[in-house]
Amino acid sequence: MSDTFIRTAMLPPQLPPVTERGAVKWVRENLFSSWLNAGLTVLGVAAVTYLVWLSLPWLIHGVWNGNSLNECRASIAANFGPDAGGACWAMIHARWYQFIYGFYPPELYWRPVLTAALMFVALTPILFSDNRRVAAIMLAAVAVLTILALALVQMPAWLFVLCSLGMTGLFYIGTEAPGRLIWVSLLYPFLTFWLLWGGSVWTPIMALAGFVLLAQCYSLLNARLGVVLATAIGIVAACLWWLLVGGIVAASAQALLPFGLVPVESDRFGGFLLSFVIGVSSIAISLPIGILLALGRQSNMFLIHTLSVGFIEFIRGVPLITMLFTASLLLQYFLPPQVQFDLILRVVILVTFFSAAYNAEVIRGGLAALPRGQFEAADALGLDYWQAQRLIVMPQALKVSIPGIVSTFIGLFKDTTLVTFVGLQEPLRGITTIVRADINWKGIYWEPYIFVGAIFFAACFGMSRYSLYLERKLKTDHH
Amino acid sequence: MAMAVETPKQGFRLGMLLYDTRYRAVTIQVIVLILFVLVLGWLADNVRSNLALKGKDIDFSFLWRRAGYDIDQQLIPYNNDMTHGRAVIIGLLNTLLVAFLGCILSTILGVFLGVLRLSKNWIVSRLVGVYVEMFRNVPLLLWIILVYVVFSEVMPTPRDFKPIADGTAKAHMWLWDSVAVTNRGTNIPLPLLDHPLPRIETSFLSLNTSAIFVLILVGLSIWVNRVLLRRAKVVQEATGVRPVTWWKSLVLLLLPTVAVLILMGFHLEYPVFEGFNFHGGLNVAHAFTSLTIALTLYYASVTAEIVRSGIQAISRGQSEAAFALGLRPGRTLALIILPQALRVIIPPMISQFLSLTKDTSLGIAVSYLDLRGTLGGITLNQTGRELECMLLMMLIYLCISLIVSAIMNAYNTSVKLKER
Repeated sequence: MSDTFIRTAMLPPQLPPVTERGAVKWVRENLFSSWLNAGLTVLGVAAVTYLVWLSLPWLIHGVWNGNSLNECRASIAANFGPDAGGACWAMIHARWYQFIYGFYPPELYWRPVLTAALMFVALTPILFSDNRRVAAIMLAAVAVLTILALALVQMPAWLFVLCSLGMTGLFYIGTEAPGRLIWVSLLYPFLTFWLLWGGSVWTPIMALAGFVLLAQCYSLLNARLGVVLATAIGIVAACLWWLLVGGIVAASAQALLPFGLVPVESDRFGGFLLSFVIGVSSIAISLPIGILLALGRQSNMFLIHTLSVGFIEFIRGVPLITMLFTASLLLQYFLPPQVQFDLILRVVILVTFFSAAYNAEVIRGGLAALPRGQFEAADALGLDYWQAQRLIVMPQALKVSIPGIVSTFIGLFKDTTLVTFVGLQEPLRGITTIVRADINWKGIYWEPYIFVGAIFFAACFGMSRYSLYLERKLKTDHH
Repeated sequence: MAMAVETPKQGFRLGMLLYDTRYRAVTIQVIVLILFVLVLGWLADNVRSNLALKGKDIDFSFLWRRAGYDIDQQLIPYNNDMTHGRAVIIGLLNTLLVAFLGCILSTILGVFLGVLRLSKNWIVSRLVGVYVEMFRNVPLLLWIILVYVVFSEVMPTPRDFKPIADGTAKAHMWLWDSVAVTNRGTNIPLPLLDHPLPRIETSFLSLNTSAIFVLILVGLSIWVNRVLLRRAKVVQEATGVRPVTWWKSLVLLLLPTVAVLILMGFHLEYPVFEGFNFHGGLNVAHAFTSLTIALTLYYASVTAEIVRSGIQAISRGQSEAAFALGLRPGRTLALIILPQALRVIIPPMISQFLSLTKDTSLGIAVSYLDLRGTLGGITLNQTGRELECMLLMMLIYLCISLIVSAIMNAYNTSVKLKER
């Protein structure tokens, strides 16, 4: 008999030592892996503690109701002792509507609210084209929030019922046949213009008719004359319609069937309403112009290439402020003497040019990143230039450029604050200056800037997160 | 037997201008050219008729007339008797000063933050992440205004520095009693020379020869130092042993400049509280300080993101190879990662420097008299010549942008990977 030992049962596995598992391991690896790291951790914790120690009492002592800074201070002193500092959020409470709508007539607040709601409805089919669940959630949230917001502002009861029914109807359409909502997106620009500025309903309808004419010309002539010529004829026809026929038809239609909203002058616009009007319209128009400019820059035709490069480099070489001053001071020199342009429109045009030039450069990067084979494959398939661009090149180039395009848009939205320098009442400097000049709120500075900054942060951060989502969604490679 | 049928030769038909790809490009370009010229002509005609309507003409002679306004920050001598042209140059210099400082400071802070963002230390990388998102997603204008407002409303008044009965004061100066931040401006020590070299005075320029001399000296010592380092490298490559250079470099870089400064009697004039305000030293307006600080903080967050993505673009194999060679993390970063990441980092940095330079025009929010403040602001309002002032201003900004991008592109070419 030999005394060989054969193990017949495995020993049960043991837990790793306490320093190699759980929270201890995480702390050791992430916070105290070396002396330098430990020092950095201590510094970081000290910095956070200091900031919290500084700002937390100020935030906790915040006052939400009051009519002046002195009232706020008295209330804080009464509750937390004479030396306590505290935020006076009552200012936001008191001036909330001014920050949001500027000097828009209070009895018409329902119109911007409805415009904002329709914006989200119009964006849903574009932003979440393939995700019905997210789209439905978004529509439901928009419908509920709109009805709540409309209930808060003054409006006739029948109109409230009508708007609520409309929002519910849109939600129903969005869940049953999301594709249909694209019609809302197409009609949205005209609807927005009419809702915000008011006036006769026939003006936007005539503008819309011009675009319908363009589309009709294009679809009739495209097969026979090719894309460029068909589009050119369509544009000429639309321009003729707008310049010669549209005005007369609108006027006579208004005489026959007078229907319209109370007109609102541009100088009543302000606050975040103004920022969003300028930001959203410039973003929407600058993307197609940017694509065209990028294609122009890539073009083999010398003249088109030169013109595109000149335009892009000029705009990228000057600060936005000079463009805005051009809008307010110089544009009148370049237009016929009798033409009077609305300031907001002028600003939107120049901000659009500005952002289009930047978009063009971003998209050019995307085009440069495409392998040559893609262009050659499109040629080999016998696609013409526009077909190749639409079906092969642009989907790939735009996908590559999404982060850049979105950061251009974020920059553009942040830059809408600069319109304050041409006398428009945007929230950051325009409205805040008005509030700070009020005798009741003199001496307040942290609160309005924190408030405005927080809203800008939410919008911009949301956009950058959406771009990450879009990148993930469109990712087709596997590494 | 199949035979290729020769296509019959056709003469030129008018339709070919449209359908033949050989001619279509020409057709389109001709049409575009005609449209372009028509639009230009229309704009020029509008300008002409508008100017005629207002009774104005295009005339740049106002640049040689008396300006009549003061500028409180001037890098070269200026007073309100001088011309508008001179005021424009003062504004341009102020723009360049802020742009220069902003570029340098934001790069230093941004590289630092970008490296920390990738730190393995959880709390530090999160903190830097919060910083970056906070600054990137809020308009730059807000930071400029906020810094300015905090400076001019939170800081103590000059009177608070006055000692009360028991010898203490409500406010204190910083950095060993050398810097006083008040709500009216920041008082910093002013470097002065007891025996400066004589200034060269001309009708247009007044040259500070001492400063130029010192700058040339610094440049010379940097050049000699580079020669020294190159020699050391040659020796190292020949023998494998690197000669000790650090003390030679130190002497070369410091000694001549320090010696000359001592000879010229260099000293600092500290701001001193007398009567009701600070006297002596240099009073820096809050407009300048807040613009520089806000631009630095904001663009540091942009730089941090650029640096982070540049470092992440370098494959992990590079740092693993460096670790395998026994390099420590700091050396790996400095010798292996950063030189390679630099190639990815530089192109976006170019456009970022350009945006910073253009964004100095936001100084309008704090009434900083830069190029836009002088030429596009007071001069424009005084002379009423919008067209000339705006065009000139755009042209100058365009030139600055082109020059900055030319310099940076030259640098980019010099560090680019040399491929055969």
